[in-house]
Amino acid sequence: MIHTTDERDIEVERRFVPKAKDINDEIAWAQINKDVLRSMERPRMMYWVIFLASLALFSFGVYCEVRQYQSGLGMADLENPQVWGLYIATFIFWIGMSHSGTLLSAILHIMHADWRKPIYRFAEAMTTFSLMTAGLFVLVHLGRVWQFYYVVAYPNERWTWPNFNSPLVWDATAIGTYLTSSIVFLYFGMIPDLAICRDNAKGFRRKFYWLLSLGWQGTDRQWANFRVTYLTVACFLIPLAVSVHSIVATDFAVSQQPGWHITSFPPYFVAGALYSGCAAIITLFIILRYVFRFEEYMTMPILDKTCRLTFAIAMVWTYLNLIEYASVWYGSDPYAKETLIFRATGTYAPYWWAMNFLGSVVPFALAFKSLRNHIPTMMVVSLLLNLGMWLERFMIVTPTFAHGYYPWTWTGNWWPSWIQWGIVAGSFGWFTMLFMLFCKIFPAVSMYEVKEMVYHRFMARKARAS
Amino acid sequence: MSLSNLIKNWSSLRVRRPYEGQYKGKDYKWAMVIDLDACTGCNACTTACYAENNLPVVGKESFAKGQAMHWIRIERYWGPGDHMTEEFPQRGAQFLPMLCQQCEAAPCEVVCPVGATHHTPDGLNSQVYNRCIGSRYCSANCPYKVRYFNWWQYPERAWPNPLELQLNPDVTVRSKGVMEKCTFCVQRLTEAKNRARTENRLVADGEVTTACAQACPTSAITFGNLANEKSTVAKMWQAHQIKLASDVQEKDDTVRGYRIFEDLRTYPSIVYLEQVRDLEA
Repeated sequence: MIHTTDERDIEVERRFVPKAKDINDEIAWAQINKDVLRSMERPRMMYWVIFLASLALFSFGVYCEVRQYQSGLGMADLENPQVWGLYIATFIFWIGMSHSGTLLSAILHIMHADWRKPIYRFAEAMTTFSLMTAGLFVLVHLGRVWQFYYVVAYPNERWTWPNFNSPLVWDATAIGTYLTSSIVFLYFGMIPDLAICRDNAKGFRRKFYWLLSLGWQGTDRQWANFRVTYLTVACFLIPLAVSVHSIVATDFAVSQQPGWHITSFPPYFVAGALYSGCAAIITLFIILRYVFRFEEYMTMPILDKTCRLTFAIAMVWTYLNLIEYASVWYGSDPYAKETLIFRATGTYAPYWWAMNFLGSVVPFALAFKSLRNHIPTMMVVSLLLNLGMWLERFMIVTPTFAHGYYPWTWTGNWWPSWIQWGIVAGSFGWFTMLFMLFCKIFPAVSMYEVKEMVYHRFMARKARAS
Repeated sequence: MSLSNLIKNWSSLRVRRPYEGQYKGKDYKWAMVIDLDACTGCNACTTACYAENNLPVVGKESFAKGQAMHWIRIERYWGPGDHMTEEFPQRGAQFLPMLCQQCEAAPCEVVCPVGATHHTPDGLNSQVYNRCIGSRYCSANCPYKVRYFNWWQYPERAWPNPLELQLNPDVTVRSKGVMEKCTFCVQRLTEAKNRARTENRLVADGEVTTACAQACPTSAITFGNLANEKSTVAKMWQAHQIKLASDVQEKDDTVRGYRIFEDLRTYPSIVYLEQVRDLEA
């Protein structure tokens, strides 16, 4: 749709609304419904390519996991002292990725940042699915996965409790709470849209959306309740999101290993989480925009704002990263300093330098407007940023094991087996598969909030014009 | 531990280990002294441990990968005085038998999510296989890296028929996916304690010992009850001026005793006696 305005309108826009125009405010409400509902009908061919590729990747991951489950974790070539390997590194990666969904949907909601509206739905879905993926890694990692429920504090006839001192118990509790709240939040926010789906669907899909929309009629009373509930859950979710990754950071900070026992880990982890999450939002933004023909809603100004947000968070992360190095370097712990030197010069040095380059230098591409508005570049940059963040987690876990306190156990040549790589790749398949299914079954753009956005802008313009 | 008990006795259930006089008047506190001057690095202790504790022989390939299950291992070091002309010089090697240090403030115990590793009243750091879910956090947090994980289903492959007949019936054969480590031969200790209890007395010094100490040809390993002040171990700890509950030992320069990584405040139960080296030779 070509946007047409007269000269005077543009004048008014410039004078009173200095922000870039996020979305064409002349889209009719019916058009919004039509466009979003169309995305659930017949996506571009690329959708099926991505879906089948991720399904294949996931199946390969399942195959690797079955082999590992049957023979034991020796299949993963884990050893003493490399006991965690890629599983924990990738676990942190997925937990981290989940945070930006909450940032967009809850924090920016409270801050009345309007531009989040067309993109927060898929970001929130990303939160839910990456948390599910992270949960899978906990299970993949356990030696006796069939007894994972020992970690949960549940009443049982022997009154045996988990060890509340252990950060892993905090983890299980925090992640469980976060996952539940994220699902609730995602679902709540979707109810008015599900009602629209219900009204436009036929056959069994109508029944499906009818069940999910919980009898939404759009009455004033329902809207009032909806607003309050939504805001409450958003307020609940914000401290939860921050605490979850802080708790994941305590897995390391509470332990006494050199390179892990660092006080600044919780904020560092939270910054890294938001960072990789924002980069993932850019990637998925570009994919969804193309696959579901969302060019009208996922507009370039919104991408531009997301990129600027990512750049800011990247700089926060860089700062905290440098703080970590500096506090270890000038600190009094010789073991930690040696581990740091090992990271920078030892076997894993190429990955350490790559991580610093990708995490701290590559984001400067986001500082240039011409690059920000070039979609292929942003696709590559966002993938590189996430690669850098994955390497960061790898560099937290692996070198400390390879070069811990005890010199006799120092190893420099540990490398994960293909089973581990297969499971890590499979997790990306699992995530993409779920995400793509979600976007097909549920409206990936929030219809009612885009309508609000259009309405507010339209009314403001009308008021000024008269 | 019932819920009401947990709420009522919250503060007393908090771990505060170790403290001065913790084992005063208690029956047992198992401890060890290893004399590095006497150790010849013959590996008899390792062999004895394999036999006593049903440790699986993992095979060459797994061993090279670092998946060996030796609860006690002999480490070789060459010191700064050695002429390192080759990778493994013919002489000058020092040996250090490394096993679970049975720390009083064990880093592994706090981080286990399910409490599978915990402290017993007689000062052992025990491992409950049935409770272990294999998160390997204990091993990650162990500074000595003396915890060994069952990467494979060893019972199926380590003792092909008729080798399963050699297994010690007093010790569990561990399945895949659980962590294990040196127990100070807890099956022997329990048996001795039970025997003593039926005779209404305490275990006498020298009545029970670990497999490694028993097998050591040079008697480099001394095992005993630290709570009994007259035991050999307690006397040796005293002679080398090592206090269980301090992380900085005030001792003379002439004594050889030390504990590994005391500055990490793990309070190990094993004292090593430094090797006296003649660097001129």
